[in-house]
Amino acid sequence: MPRNKEIKKVLVIGSGPIVIGQAAEFDYAGTQACRSLKEEGVEVVLVNSNPATIMTDKDIADQVYIEPLTVPVLEQIIAKERPDSILPTLGGQAGLNLGMELSEKGILDKYGVKLIGTTAETIFKAEDRQAFKDTMEKIGEPCAASLVVNNVQDGIKFTNTIGYPVVLRPAFTLGGSGGGIAHNETELIEILTNGLRLSRVGEVLVERCIAGWKEIEYEVMRDANGNCITVCNMENIDPVGVHTGDSIVVAPSQTLGDKEYQMLRTSALNIISELNITGGCNVQYALHPDTFEYCVIEVNPRVSRSSALASKATGYPIAKVAAKIALGYTLDEIKNAITGKTYASFEPMLDYCVVKIPRLPFDKFLTAKRTLTTQMKATGEVMSICNNFEGALMKAIRSLEQHVDSLLSYDFSDLSKEELLAQLEKVDDRRIWVIAEALRRGISYEQIHDITKIDEWFIDKLAILVEMENRLKSEELTLDLLREAKRIEFPDNVIAQLTGKSEKEIHDMRYDNGIVAAYKMVDTCAAEFEATTPYYYSVFGSENEAEETNPKKKVLVLGSGPIRIGQGIEFDYCSVHCTWAFAKEGWETVIVNNNPETVSTDFDIADKLYFEPLTPEDVEAIVKLEKPDGAVVQFGGQTAIKLTESLMKMGVKILGTKAEDVDAAEDRELFDKILEETEIPRAAGGTVFTAEEAKEVANRLGYPVLVRPSYVLGGQGMKIAFNDEEIEEFIGIINRIAQDHPILVDKYLQGKEIEVDAVCDGTDILIPGIMEHIERTGVHSGDSISVYPAPTISDHVKETIVEYTKRLAKALHVVGLINIQFIAMDEEVYVIEVNPRSSRTVPYISKVTGIPIVDLATKVIIGNTIRGLGYEPGLAPTADYIAIKMPVFSFEKLRGAEISLGPEMKSTGECLGIAKTFNEALYKAFLGAGVTLPKYKQMIMTVKDADKPEAVDVAKRFEALGYKIYATRSTAKYLQEHGVNALRVNKITQESPNVMDLILGHKIDLVIDTPTQGNGDKTRDGFLIRRNAIETGVYCITAMDTANALALSLETAMDTLTPVDIAKVKNM
Amino acid sequence: MKAFLILEDGTVFTGTSIGSTREVISEIVFNTSMTGYLEVLTDPSYAGQAVVMTYPLIGNYGITPDMESGRPWPDGYIVRELSRMPSNFRCEGTIQDFLSKHDIPGIAGIDTRALTKILREKGTMNGMITTDENYSIEAILPRLKAYTTGNVVDKVTCSEKKVLRANGGAAAKKVALLDFGAKNNIAQSLVKRGCEVTIYPAHTTAEEILAANPDGIMLSNGPGDPKECKDIIAEIKKLYESDTPIFAICLGHQLMALATGADTHKMKYGHRGGNHPVKDLATNRVYISSQNHGYVVDTATLDPKIAKPAFVNVNDGTNEGLEYVGKNIFTVQFHPEACPGPQDSAYLFDRFIAMMS
Repeated sequence: MPRNKEIKKVLVIGSGPIVIGQAAEFDYAGTQACRSLKEEGVEVVLVNSNPATIMTDKDIADQVYIEPLTVPVLEQIIAKERPDSILPTLGGQAGLNLGMELSEKGILDKYGVKLIGTTAETIFKAEDRQAFKDTMEKIGEPCAASLVVNNVQDGIKFTNTIGYPVVLRPAFTLGGSGGGIAHNETELIEILTNGLRLSRVGEVLVERCIAGWKEIEYEVMRDANGNCITVCNMENIDPVGVHTGDSIVVAPSQTLGDKEYQMLRTSALNIISELNITGGCNVQYALHPDTFEYCVIEVNPRVSRSSALASKATGYPIAKVAAKIALGYTLDEIKNAITGKTYASFEPMLDYCVVKIPRLPFDKFLTAKRTLTTQMKATGEVMSICNNFEGALMKAIRSLEQHVDSLLSYDFSDLSKEELLAQLEKVDDRRIWVIAEALRRGISYEQIHDITKIDEWFIDKLAILVEMENRLKSEELTLDLLREAKRIEFPDNVIAQLTGKSEKEIHDMRYDNGIVAAYKMVDTCAAEFEATTPYYYSVFGSENEAEETNPKKKVLVLGSGPIRIGQGIEFDYCSVHCTWAFAKEGWETVIVNNNPETVSTDFDIADKLYFEPLTPEDVEAIVKLEKPDGAVVQFGGQTAIKLTESLMKMGVKILGTKAEDVDAAEDRELFDKILEETEIPRAAGGTVFTAEEAKEVANRLGYPVLVRPSYVLGGQGMKIAFNDEEIEEFIGIINRIAQDHPILVDKYLQGKEIEVDAVCDGTDILIPGIMEHIERTGVHSGDSISVYPAPTISDHVKETIVEYTKRLAKALHVVGLINIQFIAMDEEVYVIEVNPRSSRTVPYISKVTGIPIVDLATKVIIGNTIRGLGYEPGLAPTADYIAIKMPVFSFEKLRGAEISLGPEMKSTGECLGIAKTFNEALYKAFLGAGVTLPKYKQMIMTVKDADKPEAVDVAKRFEALGYKIYATRSTAKYLQEHGVNALRVNKITQESPNVMDLILGHKIDLVIDTPTQGNGDKTRDGFLIRRNAIETGVYCITAMDTANALALSLETAMDTLTPVDIAKVKNM
Repeated sequence: MKAFLILEDGTVFTGTSIGSTREVISEIVFNTSMTGYLEVLTDPSYAGQAVVMTYPLIGNYGITPDMESGRPWPDGYIVRELSRMPSNFRCEGTIQDFLSKHDIPGIAGIDTRALTKILREKGTMNGMITTDENYSIEAILPRLKAYTTGNVVDKVTCSEKKVLRANGGAAAKKVALLDFGAKNNIAQSLVKRGCEVTIYPAHTTAEEILAANPDGIMLSNGPGDPKECKDIIAEIKKLYESDTPIFAICLGHQLMALATGADTHKMKYGHRGGNHPVKDLATNRVYISSQNHGYVVDTATLDPKIAKPAFVNVNDGTNEGLEYVGKNIFTVQFHPEACPGPQDSAYLFDRFIAMMS
């Protein structure tokens, strides 16, 4: 079928802020789809509340709305733009749900808009539990049998029909508490009785237990003519029980015979056909390891994280093809962009193996439970490609950037055999390292399999890696041994460590003997057809097929690796824009990155894509082959910055700000010297290595002090210490990982926090805007509500900031981007930190000011001047709109994580409120972050003594809004004394009804809890209140400034908002 | 032990010997299936060829009962890596042992992608697998050039006829299956649909088959150049002229085309894998098919009064199936019986059953 000409204007819905479970993959999918639609001449209206995305750029869509993703806002945009169609299947679950709501509420009919891609009926059939079950039953596809029961007898009766073991899940209990697995009737009665008692509604779901089965996924495409193909299948190394987003995944499946493979493939095609899906779809299966029995776990009738992975793993652009299908094309009419010869109606064949490892945030949340369950916890992931499994795993491990580079990186050697076996039972992110240790101890494959249920094929692969460790330790390092170690991707430094040689010796031995990485192409067809897309991965011991190119100018762009807290999608935004800018200037572009969720690893962004770990060794191999004229490191976050020194040693020119100047900004002593020279004040402080030194500095400065390691992003390890004990604790935490650089201890100043991003060409600077944080200093900038233009600072402060920015940029010889954070206190301005690179705020400030910051910075790096590019140096004129960036957290996904805000970043994403007035922008920002109050108009306040005076004002505002305020003893007393009608409630440790009962009673909108100290102790009341609030879906605020902002937002709550098309925002 | 793969163009790959250490000359072809190595190994259509698996990890689930015939047929087996420890609940052994047991030589540890690219660029060619480190390339190359596959159908067909039927109940249809090297699942697909299948050796006369009065005739897949099968073509011509419904797969499809006046030619490197899209021209539906052929029916030589294209390959436009005018005959180039590969076109067996009714 040719393209449906009636589709002229399409509204594409994005997925909103990045949260755990819904991350950068939807920017990738959405961007690809928008480009695909525009290619067909379709006008694209894009709405997404997330400003850090590439999809919300005006070159991606024709009209761009960075607005809250709610039905009323969408209706307003539809009324204004009058699209003829909506594509809801590219914005994750958020986009899909919105599409459904718009359809159900009759809004689509009202404006004559069609859902394209997939119909509302299909979405319902796939998403509604019962409808899905019925559909599967109709076509004979098995699901795990389950029933909701409200008494023990029904539970026993049902279990007798499906057999033991069963999983019991009480409804509406905290994080699934009260649930469990029953293996026999005695256990069933015990767990079920308890579960029914704990469940607020007295209901427990009894489900057949399929934990331990193989978890297999299929990515399927279908067009309106009924043609179906599978793009890829994937096997989770972690069996059913661990969310697929938290599992180590391999593509294609490794332990399935053709019979199992085709059985599930046929099932997936039957399901997508019965659901009548047009576009992409993901089907997840549990496959019994010892029979052909299987269950359908879930179907996602949309593109997903798995489809992003499948796209990168195979080269098949799922989102692009899905968009074309939505326009009416059939698979056999869509060209395969990789080969340029074949069509989208074929199935990719891999001649390599792909491994994905999740990036888990336990390095950020030390108190959070490491256990992996069916609730996803990963913030991002890495992917690697190799022609053997061991190599792919090794490359993925070192791509994680979590201080891991082999199976030796987590040391369990001090555990006894019993302890080790007990550790094996724990399902956490270190499981493969525990298995490796078990193998070193000679524990059998069978025993490891019995405990972990991981297929012995994978255990054997881990054993091969362990055997290589032993060989390197015990044998002489012959060339053959070295070749074999490299074939399975042991990095040079690990080989050096094991053989007792230096890394340089290994490196030289390799290069002298031609043991070097070769590059193979990802071509979708296992070399059957010639491919034209230079998408490469490295292998050892093979012929190189990466074509040598000798353009006039070639640039190496280093990506930012996996999405993690502190280094998110914004750096991918910067990398991609930098690549585009270089291409526009006539350079050949080469990207290195390992994140399958991102736009930068799409094969048509750069001229060449290397899907590789971002370590010096891996990058060097690429440099030797590509011989770039220069590399840019200032756009890829800390990942790229960290490679600067190695790149220089390889003889690669660093384009833009020089490495020694980057160093000067990070090195305390050098930086102090610059501040002295430029006469810029900063908080007093010192550098230390030990806790003793830290205490000495802290006592000299006076508490509180700010403690942090140097060279980190997102304030990792940064804490405010109030006493010596806390210093001990924090330094201990920081030094768990050997520090190459000293730890900084600074006097903590409390004032307004101001942030600027600027472009400097070596002479002039351009400051697109000054941002001010709502929260006072002490809360990490990434976690603060940030307002542009800065609303409360005086002209004098503004001028000082501009002046300081100029001085710093010049003193650091910045060419490109610089990000500076200041404190403004009593008209004085102090510098907090300077980062001579791109920052988290670059995308948002670019969008609201209309100044393409990355594009400008790139052009400046190449040698243009700010004036030459048509911009007037200095502070750019204020934009017509107020833009407020609101952080978004994923605390409910991380059991046990401390949620109170501090100098260490904790948010996973952000959204933007943009409007003509401050109040509307603020309201939009809260709305976009999903804060929809009021519901019950009841709240709890429990604040530390220092906050009590301010708490009175806040309480009065909420009281005026009609809120009933509960407070614990001292807060209640203080509020009452100051004229607030606060109701006293018992502390957790006191008898019921206490504050916990209130929260668990689900009648509370909001908890305002300001922690007494910088760091929480897990057993303290405050911690429990905050955790329980988060886990029961109660909005929780831990800073008084945030509380004031929320009050203001509620006071100005408005029914009609004015959507702003930011594609029309222009500056000069 | 070291092993060498020497190609007709002089390229030499050095790897490790697997299976038998005996020297072999054969036609080298590649297959892109990611699963189903065992079905490939036991597919009689590979007789006279040494097969390269482009997927690098082979043998992961070992040897299972999923065999398409009683033994492996390729002359040689070429892989990147054989799993040292297969894992599957049905695993009965390793590929290594299986190849040794059947005296089939092979080579592992070579850059199979580089090899595939050579075959793609230069076309299918002959090669030798040897463990002789002192080989003389000058002596070998002329032997490689001189090698031809010859008539391999005779090697793979059954020696006497046999009857297969489902347990219990009367057979819905009686099918005569001509075995040119048939994969087991062709007969199984029919038996599963209630047919009684009589398998005949390739050289059975048309008279004998028709005398049994079958409801339908199935022409199987098989190895080699269809034009080598002159006698068989003559018999098929007679079957064509009878009014018996006929369904043919792969070699059977080519033989029917030759029997009715069309021509076939050798392809540059053929289609071998489980991902080829074929379009049913009657419905415009595309199915992903299992394929294994080096020859193809030349569409230009078709007489539209005799046969019309029914399926076409979406990638390269080659013929993938024919519908015979005024006859109850249809033939396909691909493998609806799958094994290995997608089961999307299994509906063609239902069509055959319907045709016999």
